[in-house]
Amino acid sequence: MLPDHLSEKIGKYVKKYNISDKDRKEIEKRVDEKYENAKIDPGESIGIVTAESFGEPATQLTLNVFHFAGVAEMQVTVGLPRLIEIFDARKRPSTPKMKIPIKPKYSRTSEDVRLVAMKIKETKLSDIAQEISINVAKGSVEIILDRKKTRELELKQKFIYDTLKEAMKNVEIKDIDNGFILKPKEKELPISEIYKIKEKAKNTHIMGLKGITHVLPVKDDDGSYIIHCAGSNLEDALALEEADTSKITTNNIFEIGEVLGIEAARESVIVESSKELKDQGIDVDIRHIMLLADVMTRGGEIKGVTRTGITGEKESVIARASFETPIKHIVNASLAGEVDNLRSVVENVIINQPVPLGTGLPGLTAKMKVQK
Amino acid sequence: MAETYVYKKINSIIFGMFSPTMIKKMAVAKIVTPELYDREGYPVDGGLMDVRLGVIDPGLRCKTCGGNLRDCMGHFGYFDLARPVIHIKYADIILGVLRCTCRECGKLLADSKSRLTVEEENAGENPDVEISTQKQAKSIRNTLKNIKKCQHCSAKQENIKLERPTTFLEGDKRLNPIDIRVRLERVSDSDIAFLGLNPEYARPEWGVLTILPVPPVTIRPSITLETGERSEDDLTHKLGDIVRINQRLFENINAGAPEIIIEDLWDLLQYHITTYFDNEVSQIPPARHRSGQALRTLTERIKSKEGRFRHNLAGKRVNYAARTVISPDSKIELNEVGVPLVVAMELTTPERVTEWNLKRLKKFVENGPKKYPGSNYVIRPDGKKKKITDETHEQLLEELQPGYVVERHLMDGDIAVFNRQPSLHRVSIMCHRIKVFPGKSFRLNSSVCNPYNADFDGDEMNLHIPQTEEARAEAEILMEVQTQIITPKNGLNVVGCSDDAVTGNYILTKDLKMERADAIQLLHSVGVFRLERFEKFKKVVDGREIFSALLPDDFDFIGHSKSKEAVVIKNGFLTEGVIDKATIGKDKGDLIRAVYAKHGADVGLDILGKIFRLGIGVLLRHGFTTSISDTDLPKEVSDKCKETIYNAEKRVSQLIEQYKSKQLDALPGLSTMDTLEIKIMEVLNKARQRTGEIIAEADLEENSTILMANSGAKGSNMNLSMMAACVGLQALRGKRIDIGYRGRTLCIFQKNDLSPRAKGFIKRGYKEGLSPEEYFMHAMTGRDSLMDTALRTPKSGYLYRRLSSALQDIKVEYDSTVRDAEQNIIQFLYGEDGLDVSKTEGGKINVARIIREVLS
Repeated sequence: MLPDHLSEKIGKYVKKYNISDKDRKEIEKRVDEKYENAKIDPGESIGIVTAESFGEPATQLTLNVFHFAGVAEMQVTVGLPRLIEIFDARKRPSTPKMKIPIKPKYSRTSEDVRLVAMKIKETKLSDIAQEISINVAKGSVEIILDRKKTRELELKQKFIYDTLKEAMKNVEIKDIDNGFILKPKEKELPISEIYKIKEKAKNTHIMGLKGITHVLPVKDDDGSYIIHCAGSNLEDALALEEADTSKITTNNIFEIGEVLGIEAARESVIVESSKELKDQGIDVDIRHIMLLADVMTRGGEIKGVTRTGITGEKESVIARASFETPIKHIVNASLAGEVDNLRSVVENVIINQPVPLGTGLPGLTAKMKVQK
Repeated sequence: MAETYVYKKINSIIFGMFSPTMIKKMAVAKIVTPELYDREGYPVDGGLMDVRLGVIDPGLRCKTCGGNLRDCMGHFGYFDLARPVIHIKYADIILGVLRCTCRECGKLLADSKSRLTVEEENAGENPDVEISTQKQAKSIRNTLKNIKKCQHCSAKQENIKLERPTTFLEGDKRLNPIDIRVRLERVSDSDIAFLGLNPEYARPEWGVLTILPVPPVTIRPSITLETGERSEDDLTHKLGDIVRINQRLFENINAGAPEIIIEDLWDLLQYHITTYFDNEVSQIPPARHRSGQALRTLTERIKSKEGRFRHNLAGKRVNYAARTVISPDSKIELNEVGVPLVVAMELTTPERVTEWNLKRLKKFVENGPKKYPGSNYVIRPDGKKKKITDETHEQLLEELQPGYVVERHLMDGDIAVFNRQPSLHRVSIMCHRIKVFPGKSFRLNSSVCNPYNADFDGDEMNLHIPQTEEARAEAEILMEVQTQIITPKNGLNVVGCSDDAVTGNYILTKDLKMERADAIQLLHSVGVFRLERFEKFKKVVDGREIFSALLPDDFDFIGHSKSKEAVVIKNGFLTEGVIDKATIGKDKGDLIRAVYAKHGADVGLDILGKIFRLGIGVLLRHGFTTSISDTDLPKEVSDKCKETIYNAEKRVSQLIEQYKSKQLDALPGLSTMDTLEIKIMEVLNKARQRTGEIIAEADLEENSTILMANSGAKGSNMNLSMMAACVGLQALRGKRIDIGYRGRTLCIFQKNDLSPRAKGFIKRGYKEGLSPEEYFMHAMTGRDSLMDTALRTPKSGYLYRRLSSALQDIKVEYDSTVRDAEQNIIQFLYGEDGLDVSKTEGGKINVARIIREVLS
């Protein structure tokens, strides 16, 4: 039985060159023969092969952090640090990034796109305020809005008032012309408390997607617009009306896992790591990347290649102990009376027995007559 | 080669704690004195070096088992502690158990009802196991420690704290180990199991030591210095301290010393025992030698890279290995390794004597260890190994008969495993055939440098000789060079021609013509003796014909060269195209791949070897050199390059003008300064690129340098243009160079000079020479890349270690699923189609070629 991609390929050629049925049969026979011969052997220690296929080219990866389009804040981690980040399964990448394609309806002109981008970018009160100051005498915080910015973002004072009210508890908000005065309900608060209120007000989320610190609209080759975002917030991005939600991408694997599930996370590990390798001009077969992604995600959650991740959850005490923190593992094993069945590799290397891989996998059982 | 039968096999290893009874049971001696030796230098009875604990001196015999240094692996001893002491590694679990149990009645703080509910909650995860898993136990401990009243006896519970490392406090009162032990003893087995301990192997009170096992002397051997002085192991020192303090404590207790003195001594004993287990506990000062160096006690022996696990257990040393410098030899086959005679006479391979080879092996024994080819040892059927010396020589020759094994010197064709560190992939260790040579270095064909990542600037490599039939068979079938040509990393060939071999074949197949006699001589030197091909040769032989003489008659090939021109081979004749890197080089050597696919590994390697030698042979006869005048450009070309750079510089100064007069429009999301920088970089990089294009377009005469670039042997057009025209912008971390003095890179520039020259643009080529400031900038980026490499190596090494320890047990099973050691399925079919990358072409099956074969 040929896998789909091979029979499809044959079908394509047959159509293209008008190959007769007889020849087609012959071709299929030969491809099948070739396929059977190229199948992987039982016992192949494919895990080690995968580790080697990453480990060897990793020495050629760069260590530099490059800037995206020269914006200092939009820099992206690439090369070895990024690859390590993916394999470690860090909860948050050091430079989260999201790409949001915009539906054609909302991207007729570049001005439209700019507006959408503004909406996506997280706006805090400090972004639209001209001045936020503490009035020491009155014990209040005074906020003066930047009219130009609010007009640009189409923000009504009422809306800002409501969001502020929502966010700030224990504070009386007075609407004044062009701004607000926040007065704590409690009287006679020390200045440090008022300062805290000011800081909280400053960071109040007004609009946009939380966590998106920078946006950059880019025109794609086919004329559609994509908004590159520094920061990532997949859940909120999927709710955006303007976004082509089927094409949103983010480099935050954990977020994908949470929002779209573990299969999506697995795919994301594959996409992210193969992209990283390809960008550096390194050719590693997709099968290796898939195996690693499968190992990382098979438990239903993303586990890193660390002492707390994949290696830390091995059953064998010795395998864990020989990697890192041996004492911890041995002490804990002694408490639970753990049994090591010596089924994997290092244990058998340690006690000088053949490892159950490759030529060590098959065993012979012979019935012996018991001599009396 | 003594027969090795497996009598006993380790099936599993159980981890557990030692109980005091067990320690006593396994001990053979009670240690009563800290003294080591008496005046004669003989170990004291009841001392730490007691001969009942095993022997480390040759000549002495163990009093327990009667074995000598070789046979006796040592026995444990013990001594009673005057007062119980906390085991530092178990302090945390002791704290956990204390907090979860009642201080009065010793029962679990949870009442039976709430215990049931917790059990039920946990039961979902693991119903059969009565002992809580570590995860469950942790949550149980966290909930129970907050209960302040016992459900059974209503006793109020106090907050128990651990003042690290080993002091327990209940409220403000100190709990001494005696009290702790009493409390722990009261806890029932089922409660212990509920808290995550297996009572069969670990009772919490065993973590409070009342008796200390003394490890055998064999694990702490003393070293005799040249002066005859004995230097004891760190562990012996530490044990001596413990025994001494323990005795003083005993004496003081018996003498009825005041409590305060006893407490002090008790604390001291605790300190010594703590550091005996772990000398790197953060809260206490490490125990030191008199020289001030910290002692290496039990924990330090086990952990880290130099510890027992990684240094001695997971990594092992071997015999029958050699290491020396490598040097190239273009005349040996790819799967051969040249071994110096001195090495060949030291390393041996065992050969079993049979009736049929008796005569041959007798000759080796007769030659002895000093005459090549001889032998070093003879192994009798009973397993006794006899060294062949002048004395034993005659007798061994006499008694040699079938059943004996002769360890003979290495000879041509023997199997060896060759390796270069770092062994990052499986082609870093391959099997080669031995070829014995004079000299002192290993010789290898330079085509196999790539998989090993070796060069000859002083690299050393290791050679191992497999000693059993199984090992030899595995090495030969699975590891020999021809089986490893295609890497499983991406399905491309790692072995291929490079450098001169490519140049030679390129010259040959491009337009070289040769006299018939020369051609035949050349082919003979390569190892081709096919008369039928030679007969077809005319008086003047075309280079393609010579190349074709290496190919099998029924070989067809359609591919393309590096310059995308077609390369056609029909019935073993190269009819069209030139041979270059794209056909015979590494990674994408299509021709090599095709030969392999059609004729198999052995023929493929043979032909690859011949192609390699042919290339070298051609260069040898043809002559090849490169010189500085190769990079000379015709005047109009160099003028054009100069103009390009001049224009770029002009454009940059325009940009700077614009910026200064605030006329520069900022790119979205950027400041004008950043915009300027980006634009300048763009202009300068384009200019450099343009010079490369100009040179490429100029279609210069193919001199040696250009020929090397065109054939793909070495260098590229970019290297050429860097030599001939312009080195280009030196970028540091994605920007122009902007570090150095305040506002400028070097003191020779004005402040805030934004010109190309001041920020690392090298407008000259290497041949023309760099100006001092250009040279300086070039050195900066050069140093930066050196640093990058130095920092990267350990990082990627650690990544590899983590990957390999995470994935090491993953294998393909007989049902084609991919599983780990516990037989958990990871993939149902490897890579979704079950293909082995190393058996494919770039990860794919070449359907197009099969169709072409069928249709033609």
